[in-house]
Parts: sequence; C-alpha cells; structure tokens
Amino acid sequence: MALLSRITSILTLLEGPQTLGRGRRFWAGFALVVAAASAYPLFADGYDVGNNVYFFNWIFMALGLCLIWGYGGSLSFGQTAFFGIAGYAYGVLTINLGDAYGLTLLALVAAVLISAVCAAILGYFLFFGRISGVFLGIVTLSVTLVMERFISQTAGPEWHIGTARLNGFNGMGAMPSLTIPWPGGPIVLFPDVALYYATLVLLILVYLGLRVLVNSRFGNVIVAIRENPQRAEMLGYDVRKYQLGTFIIGSSLAGLSGVLYTSWGNYITPASMGMTAASLPIVWVAVGGRSDLTTTLFGTLLVLIGFQALTIYGSQYALVVMGALLVLTVLVAPRGIVASAVSLASKRWTRKKAQSGEVS
Amino acid sequence: MDVLYSTFSFLYQSGDAFAFLVLSACGLAVIFGMMGVINLAHGEFILCGAYVSTSATHMGLPLPLAIALGAGVAGLIGMLLERLIVRHLYLRPLDTIVATWGISMIATQGTLIVLGSTMQGTGTPFGSFMVGNYSYSVYRIVLMGMALATLAALWLVFTRTRFGVLARATIQVPHIAQALGVNTGLIYSLTFGLGAALAGLAGGLYAPTMTLVPTMGSAFIVEAFVTVVIGGADIFLGTAPAAAILGVVKAALTSWQGQLAGQIGMLLAVIIVIRILPRGISGWILKERA
Repeated sequence: MALLSRITSILTLLEGPQTLGRGRRFWAGFALVVAAASAYPLFADGYDVGNNVYFFNWIFMALGLCLIWGYGGSLSFGQTAFFGIAGYAYGVLTINLGDAYGLTLLALVAAVLISAVCAAILGYFLFFGRISGVFLGIVTLSVTLVMERFISQTAGPEWHIGTARLNGFNGMGAMPSLTIPWPGGPIVLFPDVALYYATLVLLILVYLGLRVLVNSRFGNVIVAIRENPQRAEMLGYDVRKYQLGTFIIGSSLAGLSGVLYTSWGNYITPASMGMTAASLPIVWVAVGGRSDLTTTLFGTLLVLIGFQALTIYGSQYALVVMGALLVLTVLVAPRGIVASAVSLASKRWTRKKAQSGEVS
Repeated sequence: MDVLYSTFSFLYQSGDAFAFLVLSACGLAVIFGMMGVINLAHGEFILCGAYVSTSATHMGLPLPLAIALGAGVAGLIGMLLERLIVRHLYLRPLDTIVATWGISMIATQGTLIVLGSTMQGTGTPFGSFMVGNYSYSVYRIVLMGMALATLAALWLVFTRTRFGVLARATIQVPHIAQALGVNTGLIYSLTFGLGAALAGLAGGLYAPTMTLVPTMGSAFIVEAFVTVVIGGADIFLGTAPAAAILGVVKAALTSWQGQLAGQIGMLLAVIIVIRILPRGISGWILKERA
C-alpha cells in the first residue's frame, strides 16, 4: 500500500504549475499524439521512419537545454560538447567491446555517465565559482569549440583508444548499432521500425519523467532560482547545488542524444561539436518556447522538419533562415513562437467560452 | 648567446600572443563593459573587417588605409545592427546574446553564399629578420605595436574626450546620466559601433596573415571570450593584464607542446581562474582598492 500511494503521489506531479497542459482534455490529446506516433510506421516507408528517429534523437538534447535554460535560467551554449563526448565514448566502447551480450546497451549507459561526469566537473567550476548568465554561456561555448578542434586534429594513427581510431575531422565510423539481446537472436536496432519504437518509448519516458521532475520540489526550487537567485538563497537553498544538479541532468540528456545519434548513423564527426551544431539547439528551444517542456518538444520537432526541408530544397539558405528565425523569435515572441501561439489560442478559447456563457 | 636567442624567441611569441588576444578581445570587452552583453557576432565583425580590407588592398588601396576602411565598415554595420535589433533588447541581456548569435549565423552563411568558400589573401607584408638561427616576421612586430597603440588610443578616448566621459557616466548609472541630459541611446549606439570597429580593425590587421574563409571569425572568438572572462568588465584593468598573462601561458604551452596545447591550456586556466576570481582580474583589482 505504501508503495502504491508513493506511485500515485509521483503521478500527480505529472501536472502542476511548471508545465503547460492539465486535466482530461490535455491527457486525451497526449494519448492521441502517442497513438498517432505509434501508428505512424504502419503508414510510412522505412526511410521516413528512420528519418523520424533522426528527429527524435535530437529532442533529448533540446529537452535537456530546456531544463537548464528555460527552467533553471542558466544559458548553456555548449550542450553539444556533452553530445560529442557521449557519442565518441559510445563509439570507442562499442568498437572495443563488440555488440554481443547487450554490451551496446551497457556502452549507452556508460557513455551517458561519462558525459554526466564531465558535466559535473565543468559545472562544479562554473556554478561554485558563481558564474553568471553571460559568462556561463561563453565558457560552455568555448569548451565545445575547443573539443571540436581537439578531436579534429586526431586524424593520425597514433590517436586511438584500444582498437578504435578517432580519425580526426573525417569522423569516427563503423561502430555497431544498439543491440538488444533476445532469445532467438539479438535484435539489432537499425534505423527502422524497431529503433523507432525503442526511441519513441525512451522519448515518452524522458518527457514524462521531466514533467514529474519540474513539478517536484526540485523543479520548484530551480524555477525559484531562475526568478530570483538571492531570494532562493535567503530561503535557505544552496543555489549552487541545485544549478549543478540541473546542469548535470540536462547535459546527460545531451549525452543521450549523442549516443542515439552515433548509434543511428554509425558515425560521428567533430563538426557535431562545432559552432553551427552548437547554435542549432538554441534555435530549437528558443523558437519552441524554452520555459515549457511540451512547447520545446513540438518546437524542436517543427524546426528540425523545417530545417531538413530547407536543406533539401535550398540547401545553403537553411542556416540563414535559422539565424533569422532566432533573431525574429527574440524580437517578436521572446517566450517562443509555439508557446506564444498556445497562449494566444487558449486566451481566445476562454474568451469564446466566456461569451457563450459556459464559464460561470 | 643561445640563452639570449631563446629568450628573444619566447618574448616574441608571448608578445605575438598578447597582441592577438588584445586585438581580438578589446572590441568584445568594450561592448561587454558597457552593456554587460557578449556580442556573439564578434567573430563576424572581424570577418567583415578582414574581407573589406583585403578587397580594398586588391583594388590598390595602401594597406593602412584598407585596414582603416575595414574597421570603419564594420563599425557602421555595428551601429546599424544596434539600431535595428540590439536596441530593443537592453532589458534582456541573455536574449541579446541569443539575437547576436542569430546575426552571426546569418553573416557566416550569407558570406559563404555571396562570396564563396574562400577569398584570395594578400600575403604578409614587410618580410622578415633573423635573430640567431630563426627568422621572425616584421609584420608581427607591427601587430604588437598596434595592440599597444589601440590600448593607448582607447584610454585616451575614454578619459580625455567628451564621448568617453559620457560613456563612463552611462556605464555607471544609466538613468542618472539620462536624467542629466545624456543621450544614452546614442552613447549605446556609438559604443556598440566602437566595439564592432575594433573587431573590424583586428580582422583587417590579421587578414594578411590568415586564410580568408567565412568561418575565420571562430578562430578569434574562443581567445577573445577567454580573455574577457578572465579580465572582467574593465578594459584597462582587466583585458590588458589578462591578455598579458594568457599570452605568456599560451606561448609557453605552444612552444612546449604545440598550438592546440596552447589553446586547451588557456581554456583550462580560465575554468580554474573563474572558480577563484569569479569577477575577473578587474573585479579583483577594484576590490583590493576599495
């Protein structure tokens, strides 16, 4: 019984003051979206399904940045550093260990842990040095740019870990995909239907988990810190520890993205930590609406799809459009385009209801 | 004699690193000191200065004039962007950074589309001289001189001109300055332009020594960021000493382990320094004084 009440008390945190969407209507919509996403592979061809997994891969990093920036108020420009660290760690581990006995899953966990440890070390120096918003952004950006340069010059044969060559700017390839050990033959998660469902389940779990996290005591404290760090400190919270915790969780999600991406394409390059790569998560999260998980999720998906469409039809202008989108968002809809659209629509809705006398 | 030669070599390398750090960071530091904002399009103003001055040299303009032109164009574009975009974001410093990053993306990719993936350089002028067994570029010595001259000029501007006095008043207490009749909007605009012009100057000065590609700005920004973070908000008490210290660190690590070690070492130094001196060198010096 105690366990049951514990579980229900966690489940009530799925909705709360820090997240948009509550009540029967929202969860009905949620179920509808999940059902549509689950049914999608039945109607689409293999390439599109694999391509959708590619979009899903990035959303983890976006949700992590949403937690750090939107909820925590610390602007990190260098999430791609953790993406790259985890991606390379996964590559090195799986090339050395092989893909038997579920070792790739172990490599996934280990790679995410490595990125979390790196985030903890960097975060310790930043947050315990009480680095404010602006400096935090440029130090994290510097870290990812230097990581890119470091990996780029590892082309020579002397740069290897075990049997895994780092390969410099050519990028590291030929690592095995994620593989689930299964009686009757292991299931290799190629970018296809099986990987689609695995990633979708992971995405739903992370999304719901983050909803619980931000509505819990921890989430309320980090929002309090965002609103006013001094007040939070006067109330007795160690601001530095909460900021560090947020940073580690968010960066681990960037690491998870890195592992999934590396396993998805069996390939990772140093460019994934470069200037362009580092700017894209900022665009996704800012355009979607950084202060809410749901708007970030949909915003990221929309921008990713739009970006890919642009790259296909007018390749070189895609980045210009992304830059313009970022500037416009900041100027016109600082809370995010998706978030603004949602609040506008809900305002209309309530006004309409009030006019027709449904609301007492 | 050998000791003398290697001492000269080390001093030359430190001076070279110092000049690079000062020139690439001072534009960033001017804007940061003024508005508490980091201009992430800084690298693209450097790019602008480099491209404009190189094109001008190709058209036959003498190098000093071409560099001045590059700085001027970058400054004008800076003022224009301040009017159009940055002005609306003063109350939201973090959003300003994000917006300048958007500008940076547009500028880098736009340059690639319009001008192609590379531009022909002009080659380093002035030739070289020998000390011991090594030859040194005269132009690098000129750059060191220019770094010192830039610092001196900035000091004169901020302490001896009317603009400097008004700018410092605006930095200290903006609304009081405004109440006393200072056109703070204009001051902000001019300061942003000055920062952009300094970036353009760095671009123009280093253009003859570099490969000109649309992403060349990112070769400067890590160093510039690091110098400003260590230095803090004041150019003379912060950026200059930070550049001197980092220059020596970078030169030592570079001659020991190569260029990459110099950069990584600098970054690690920064991460450790901010743990000890969160407000940078200038914050530390000013606290000591008070």
